Amino acid sequence: MRLYLAVLSGGFRRHATYRMATAAGVFTNTVFGFVLAFTYTALWEERPRLGGYDLPEALAYVWLGQALLAACSLMGGGFEDELIERIRTGDIAVDLHRPADLQAWWLAADLGRAAFQLLGRGAVPMAVGACAFDLALPEHPLTWPAFLVSVALGVVVSFAVWFLVALSVFWLMDGAGVVQVAWLSGLFFSGMLLPLTVFPGGLGEVARMLPWASMLQVPADVFLEKRTGWGLLEAYAFQAGWALVLLGAGRLLQAVATRRVVVQGG
Amino acid sequence: MWIRSTMTYRFSFVMTLLSNAVANFFDFVVILMMFTHVRGLGGFSFAEVAFLYGTTGTAFGLADLAIGQVGKVGRRVRDGTLDTLLVRPVPVLAQVAADRFALRRLGRVTQGLLVLVWSLVVLDGVEWTPLKVAMVPLMTLTGALIFGSLMTAGAAFQFWAQDGAEVANSFTYGGNTLLQYPPSVFAGDLVRGVVYVVPLAFVNWVPALYVLGRDAPAGLPSWAAFAPPLVAAVCVAAAGLAWRAGLRSYRSTGS
Repeated sequence: MRLYLAVLSGGFRRHATYRMATAAGVFTNTVFGFVLAFTYTALWEERPRLGGYDLPEALAYVWLGQALLAACSLMGGGFEDELIERIRTGDIAVDLHRPADLQAWWLAADLGRAAFQLLGRGAVPMAVGACAFDLALPEHPLTWPAFLVSVALGVVVSFAVWFLVALSVFWLMDGAGVVQVAWLSGLFFSGMLLPLTVFPGGLGEVARMLPWASMLQVPADVFLEKRTGWGLLEAYAFQAGWALVLLGAGRLLQAVATRRVVVQGG
Repeated sequence: MWIRSTMTYRFSFVMTLLSNAVANFFDFVVILMMFTHVRGLGGFSFAEVAFLYGTTGTAFGLADLAIGQVGKVGRRVRDGTLDTLLVRPVPVLAQVAADRFALRRLGRVTQGLLVLVWSLVVLDGVEWTPLKVAMVPLMTLTGALIFGSLMTAGAAFQFWAQDGAEVANSFTYGGNTLLQYPPSVFAGDLVRGVVYVVPLAFVNWVPALYVLGRDAPAGLPSWAAFAPPLVAAVCVAAAGLAWRAGLRSYRSTGS
């Protein structure tokens, strides 16, 4: 356990080192936040209460999306590039000999990264958004910790998905294609482009059941106090359920994949 | 060479090509979904928004295909591998653009073109004159030059800010998203900013509003619709200067 805590804080500090990249990311998130906030305003002015949100809630949703984009690796950019590279080059053989579990190691590192991204790339755009637009903020103080729990669960689900993506490289050798499909799904089905409650009919129902909903739609609904009391527990159960299923699948795939590793001698 | 290397992993190539087209397509699905709920956005009909989407998408796709790789130069600056490019007798910019040339970017252009053609089919109420017809291909080309200049300028910026690639993205990708929607959606200051400061509006807003028979944004005179070639030329020149200044300030890494 101490080992994984050290890996976690290492992940945090490692990402905290890239100050320029963080500042550039904050700038980008803010620019996109503005563009989206204006288009949402045009949309909600035509159709007030679309998807069950009023305008301040829809605007809060936009900025939450920008704040969680990096933390939940909705478009990738977490640990997967590095893990894929290690699998491709064969360095993974070294990792497998370490007295630490592969999945747990990367999960700890990714949690550290996400914690930094939430602070570094989430807080500032959210604050800018709150200054420039009229956002719906939680009325109940306990909503904030409830929201953070939901974000943490979302990060774990996101990790579990990306871990599966990375392991597929054991078979495919080149990860570019799967990675791209994964970030597209993340972007679309997390509700980053448009809240999943606005998706029409069957598409919306399916989208709300998929794991990506845990990464933005569910935390946002917790933040907007759409999920309270039993609804909150249901939301947690939904996220935790996907986390367990996907982590389990990752574990299984890891066991199969490691049997494929052939160490080249020389 | 990069085309052949890409083809080695055929499954991955097909997936990236498809997902690149789908990446843009999702933007468009969002607009489609918006229009299942509303009749107009900022006073613009669906066909008009699709026209804006198609013109910026094609222009962005062309620029991305030709020079999109240039944004990756920050990595070469950081690890010092730019040195290898400096000693070769080919302009550095051309080498950086061709480095890891990604054929999959064709997906983006194709998808932009498809929406553009489709929007031309469904647009009604436009009185087509020879001038307006000529304006459509012209503005995708000048738009591509403007986007390409921004990408180059963003890359030049990375000679100083070594991992600031995302700042450039917010102008290129962010600009592309902005231009998919009519200017009436955005606050006046933002529109004035992309007309007079970063001339993104000349990629499609200014010429497209002329084609659609609407007023130019931010109080521009109507003849501004013919300014895009001039604006593109200025942008290319400015980006070229920025790139040369950046390259001159490059110091390799030592260890």
